[in-house]
Amino acid sequence: MSALDLASAVRSGERSAVDVIDEHLARIDARDGEINAFNLVTADAAREAAAAVDAAVAAGNDPGPLAGVPIAIKDNMCTTGVATTCSSKILEGWEPPYDATVVQRVTAAGAVMVGKTNLDEFAMGSSTENSAFGPTKNPLDTTRVPGGSSGGSAAAVAADFASLSLGSDTGGSIRQPAAFCGLVGMKPTYGAVSRSGLIAFGSSLDQIGPFSKTVAESAALLEVIGGHDPLDSTSIDQPAFDLTSVLDRGVEGMRIGILRELSGGEGGVEGLSTDVIARTNEAAAALEKAGATVVEVSVPSATLGLSAYYLVAPAEASSNLSRFDGVRYGLRVDAPTTGEMMTATRTAGFGPEVKRRIMLGTYALSAGYYDAFYGKALKVRTMMLQEFASVYATVDLLLTPTAPTTAFPLGDRTADPMTMYVNDVCTIPSNLVGHPAISVPFGVGDDGLPVGVQLLGPALSEPTIYQAAAALEAAAPGEGSLS
Amino acid sequence: MTVHEPSLPEEWELVVGLEVHVELATKTKLFCGCENKFSHIPNTLTCPTCVGLPGSLPVMNEKAVEFAMRLGRALGCEIHPSVMARKNYFYPDMAKDFQTTQYDQPTNADGRLALADGTVVGIERAHIEEDAGKTTHVGGGGRINDATYSLVDYNRAGVPLVEIVSRPDIRTVEHAKAYVSELRDILLAIEVSDAKMEEGSMRVDANVSVRPTGSDELRTRCELKNLNSVRSLGRAIEYEARRHVDLYTSGEVPRQETRHWDEEGGRSTAGRSKEDADDYRYFQEPDLVPLAPTAAQIAEIDASMPVLPAARRARLGECSSVADEVIVTVVERGQDGLALGAIEAGADADKVLTRIQNDLAVDDWSAVTSESLAMLIQMETGGELTATQAKQVLGEMAAGEHGGDPKAIAAAHGFEAMESDELETLVDQLIVDHPDEWSRFVGGDDGDRKKMQGFFTGQIMKATKGQADGRAVAQLLGQKSAG
Repeated sequence: MSALDLASAVRSGERSAVDVIDEHLARIDARDGEINAFNLVTADAAREAAAAVDAAVAAGNDPGPLAGVPIAIKDNMCTTGVATTCSSKILEGWEPPYDATVVQRVTAAGAVMVGKTNLDEFAMGSSTENSAFGPTKNPLDTTRVPGGSSGGSAAAVAADFASLSLGSDTGGSIRQPAAFCGLVGMKPTYGAVSRSGLIAFGSSLDQIGPFSKTVAESAALLEVIGGHDPLDSTSIDQPAFDLTSVLDRGVEGMRIGILRELSGGEGGVEGLSTDVIARTNEAAAALEKAGATVVEVSVPSATLGLSAYYLVAPAEASSNLSRFDGVRYGLRVDAPTTGEMMTATRTAGFGPEVKRRIMLGTYALSAGYYDAFYGKALKVRTMMLQEFASVYATVDLLLTPTAPTTAFPLGDRTADPMTMYVNDVCTIPSNLVGHPAISVPFGVGDDGLPVGVQLLGPALSEPTIYQAAAALEAAAPGEGSLS
Repeated sequence: MTVHEPSLPEEWELVVGLEVHVELATKTKLFCGCENKFSHIPNTLTCPTCVGLPGSLPVMNEKAVEFAMRLGRALGCEIHPSVMARKNYFYPDMAKDFQTTQYDQPTNADGRLALADGTVVGIERAHIEEDAGKTTHVGGGGRINDATYSLVDYNRAGVPLVEIVSRPDIRTVEHAKAYVSELRDILLAIEVSDAKMEEGSMRVDANVSVRPTGSDELRTRCELKNLNSVRSLGRAIEYEARRHVDLYTSGEVPRQETRHWDEEGGRSTAGRSKEDADDYRYFQEPDLVPLAPTAAQIAEIDASMPVLPAARRARLGECSSVADEVIVTVVERGQDGLALGAIEAGADADKVLTRIQNDLAVDDWSAVTSESLAMLIQMETGGELTATQAKQVLGEMAAGEHGGDPKAIAAAHGFEAMESDELETLVDQLIVDHPDEWSRFVGGDDGDRKKMQGFFTGQIMKATKGQADGRAVAQLLGQKSAG
C-alpha cells in the first residue's frame, strides 16, 4: 500500500495509524538485525505519535496529507531529544535540542518517524560501509551494498520498514542508493528544501530529498518538505512546489536531451556498464514513444565534475567538521591540554574516510594551493553552469544513467577510495550547479538488480522533472520495485 | 599637540596603523536571535547557532549590516557588494572553530578619517565579523596550554563587530590617540556602538614599526594587543617604537610578531610569531548569501547621517574665536547643540563656549537649555552677575535647582552686581592706600600695567567677596588713570 493510500485510509478512519506503525515496527523487528538500516528505532515515540494522529482523526481534525505514514529519517538530520549521530563515534549519543525544518514539516503533515537511518559517516561515501555502526545491506540482495551515503534511508523503504524516508544528497547520496534499491530518489534544486538542522557535509552542495517506491509519493513528500524557510539563508524565497497535480500530464512535446558525456557517449566518462547504458537508451526510447523529442546533447565540462567535487566538498567539509572538537558536545577524549584534547578527540572520533576528506579539503584551501585547487574547482562550477544553461536553451530535461553499475557486493570497493568515488560521476554535476535531478527505476541489469535512470533539469524545474518521471515510471519494464 | 611626543631620535620616524574592533549596538547577535548584551551569568545568551551546534545555520542580522554601512559612510568609505568568509582555526571559544568574517570582499573600503588638527588617516577597510566567546583559564600557569582547566562563556559569541583597519598613515603617538578619540566620537554620533574601550566594546590593536626619517619604506611591524585605554595605546606605541629603534641601532631587526602590552610593567612581551601563524584557509561562507546593498539603501543611509564631529567643530569654529581645545571638548561632550542654541539666542559665543568648557563638565546637564544658558551669559555680560557667580549659578542650573532658571537661582542667593558708585568708592580708597602700585599702573610699561590691574582687581574681589564685576573694575581703573 502506497504512502498516499495509507494516509487517506488513516484520514478517513478506515485504518488506525497505530496499527500501521505497529505493522512496520514488526517488520523492522523481524529483519533489521540483518539489514541494519537503522541506527535507532524510535518505537515508543512512533506509537505515541500514531496514537495522536488517530486521536486527531477521531476528534474530526485533519492530521495532514501524510497522516500516519511511517517515515525514516537519515541520521544526519536533527531530531529533538533523539540521538543524532551522523553514524560517527564523535557524535554518538548526542541529542539535539531542536528539530530540523524537514522533520518539523513531515511531523506537521502527520507522518510518523519510526527511526534514524544509517549512513556513511557524515554522509561521506557511496555504499554505507563507512558507518561507525556497521554497514547497511541491500534488502534486494543482502550480499550487496544499498548505495550511499543515504543507504539506511533507501534500505528502510526497500525493506518496507517505512513507506517514505528522507535522505541528503551532496554528490548523489539520494539518487545512487535509490537506483541500487529500486526506488525513486530526488535531489531538489539547491535552496528548495531547508538545510536547517541538516548536519552539514558540503554546505554549497547538500540538499535534502525524498525516497519512495513511486514518483507520486516522492512528489507528495517533496511538496511537504519544500518551500521557504527563514532559518536557512540559502533557502529560495518561494512557496512549496505543486507537483502532484502535474504527474499525469505526460511528455508530449517535451524535449529531452541524452547527455552524451554521462551516458556512455564518445569523449565522456568511462566505466559505465553496458547494461546500464542499454537501460538508459531504452528509457530514452520509451520517452520518445510517449511523445517527447529526444536528442543527443553535450556538456563537455560534465566530465570534470568528479574532480571539482572532490575539491569543493572536502574543502567545505574540513571547515564544517572543525566544530567536532570535544569542547561542547559529543565525544571528548581527555588530554593534558586543550589542543591535545581536541586532537585526541578527533583522532578517536572520526573514521578513516572522514579523516581523508578533512585532509584533502584542508590541503585544497591552504595558502599557496587555493588557486590551483579550490579556486580552480570554483571555475569549473561556473563553467558547468554556463554550459548547462546553454543546453537548457534547447531542451527541457536531460537523461543519463544514475550510477555506472547496479549495486555492487559489500567490500568490493572499500580498498581503493577512487573506485568508490567514481560511483557518483553521473550524479555530481547536478550538485555542483545546484540543479534538481531524480532517479527513477528502469528495468534491471544483467545481474537482475535494478537500474536507475536520471532526469536532470534546470533550477526549479521540479514540476517538469516529476511530469517526465511519472511518464518514465509508467513505461518502465515490469514492476518499479523488485521486492 | 606636541607636548608628550615620544622622544624618538630625530633620524627615526614612527609608522603606525590601527585595527579597531567595535561591537555594534544591535538588539540581537549577528547570526541569531539571541540578545546582544552583557550578562554576568555565563552561557545564558546562547542558542544552537551561536554555540555552533551541528545543523545550525547563520541568518544575517540586517540591522548589523545597516550599522556597518552607516559606519562605513561616516568614514567616507565606498560601500561594495560583499561576501562573508570563513576564517578557520581551532580555539575553544570559537564555537564553530571558524570565524565568520569578511576577507577579500569587505562591505566598506577606501575611507578616511580627519583628525581634529586636520591630519587625514586613510581607512583601508571596515568589515563585518562575529565576536568569539570568552575563555577563562583556571589553575596551572593560567594560559591555554598550562591551565588546570578552562571555562568558556559563549554569551559574546556571535556579537556583531566591525573591524576598522587604518592605513599605516599615523606618524605620532598623539595622532594615534587622536584617531581613537575621533573614531569614538563618530561611533557615538552615529549611534552604532557605545564604544567603551574599558568595557571592550571598542578594542584597539596597533601595528607599529619605525623607519629612517625621510624614507617611505615599511619595515617589519609588530602587532600590539591588550590596549585597554587611550593611555595604554600611547604608552605601548612609544615603548614599542623605542624597542625597534634600539634593535636597529644595535644591528638587530625586530621579528614580525604579535606582542602583548603589559600595562603594569610598562612593556610589551612577545606573543605568537607570524611565521608560525595559522593558515586560516579563508573561503566564502556557503551558508550566507552575498550582501548587495542597493543605491537606494546607501542613499537612505547618507540622508539619515547626523552631522559628524568634524563638521560640528567647524561650525563652532566659524562663530567663535576660542582655542581649538575648547571646541574639541564641547563637541566631545555633545554640548555643541546647547552652545549653538545659546549663541543663536544672542549670547556671546566665546563666553558661552568657555563657560560650558569650564563649568559644565558634568554627566547630566539635561536641565540646562539653550535659552537658560543664553540668559545666564547675558546676565554675566550685562554685569548682573560676576564670573564667580555665573559659575555657581550654572552649576545649580545643571542640578535643576529652581527649575534651572538662572534669574531665580541668582535671586535666591542675593547675587546682584555691586552698584557702580559703591564700587568707585572702594577703588578710590584702594588708590589712596596703595600709591606705589597706582603709579606703576599709571606710568609703567604694558607688563606693569597688566600686573597692577590684576593687583587692584584682586584687592576689590577680596574686599567684595567676589561680588564685584571684574569688567566694571577694569573700566573704572582705566577711567581713573586717564583722568
